[in-house]
Amino acid sequence: MKGMTIIVKTISSWVKVLIFLFGIYIILFGHLTPGGGFAGGVILASCYVLLMLAFGREYVEKNLPLPVASKLDCLGAFLFALIAVLGLVFGGTFFLNFLYQKYLPGEALELVSAGTIPLSNIAIGLKVGASLFLVILVLSMFRPDMSGKKEE
Amino acid sequence: MTIIFYILLLFIIIAAIIAVETRYLLSAVICVGAIGFGASLMFLFLRAPDIAITQIVVEVLGLIILIRACLSRELTFISGDREFFAVVVSAVIIFAIFLAGIKVLDTLPDFGTAIFAEVPDTASQTYIGEGLEKTGAANIVASVILDFRAYDTLGEATVLFTSIIGATVILRKKSKKLLEDPE
Repeated sequence: MKGMTIIVKTISSWVKVLIFLFGIYIILFGHLTPGGGFAGGVILASCYVLLMLAFGREYVEKNLPLPVASKLDCLGAFLFALIAVLGLVFGGTFFLNFLYQKYLPGEALELVSAGTIPLSNIAIGLKVGASLFLVILVLSMFRPDMSGKKEE
Repeated sequence: MTIIFYILLLFIIIAAIIAVETRYLLSAVICVGAIGFGASLMFLFLRAPDIAITQIVVEVLGLIILIRACLSRELTFISGDREFFAVVVSAVIIFAIFLAGIKVLDTLPDFGTAIFAEVPDTASQTYIGEGLEKTGAANIVASVILDFRAYDTLGEATVLFTSIIGATVILRKKSKKLLEDPE
């Protein structure tokens, strides 16, 4: 049986939902409350790390395989760059907050406000979460061959 | 004060030239470290203590890793007596940089007072005063990192992306072999 004891498994299977929701909240409300894409992404990645510690690597790999994670990583980076380029296309300046200044001013302290800032937060959250998850997954896969070439 | 700034600049440039031109890997690494510490002093001089702290931390970590990587490649032993001239020169340089550091720390505002209270027309005043109406974000930090200073964030994301690619490529070779025939 892979992973830790049944106590750890039960508790982490309850807690994982809360952690994941909290990460999503931190990302989505990044323009209103403390937090943002980086912090929320780290929380999302730490949820997967908890699962990896409790259930073993194979469980997490079945849940979010390495190719999917790397695609999410690339998607986040692409979205962030796309928002920057869209500012250039619609407003004439790289990284212009075109949504706020031209199309969708929104009300301050509302969820839909601040134009491109929430979108950038989502992109960065996706990117940071996926990439930290990737690092930990790759590091846990890595087995340094200490014994040199004896094994082969 | 500007004289110290230019002396530091000269020091950094000389260190950079030595780092490029020297034959020994270890000397080049040490010169790169000198550039980093000089840059952190210059950040302090330009009233950006947060960047100076980051620079010092990154520099120390990078220097340790680089020196460790060099030592396995090239072992240098010091034989014979230490040269008097070299010791004096390095002591003088260390003392001069120490004095410059103390001088630079004097330019920082007192503890508890904001920099923009002393210097008018700083950018941070604009950020705090007009952040909400210019970006619409209630969280000023978000409005700074994703609107006013979004270039910084793009750079950070790029650094993260590149380092992830590097880690995946370097570590994957063994793990792929492991996946093909486990144990």
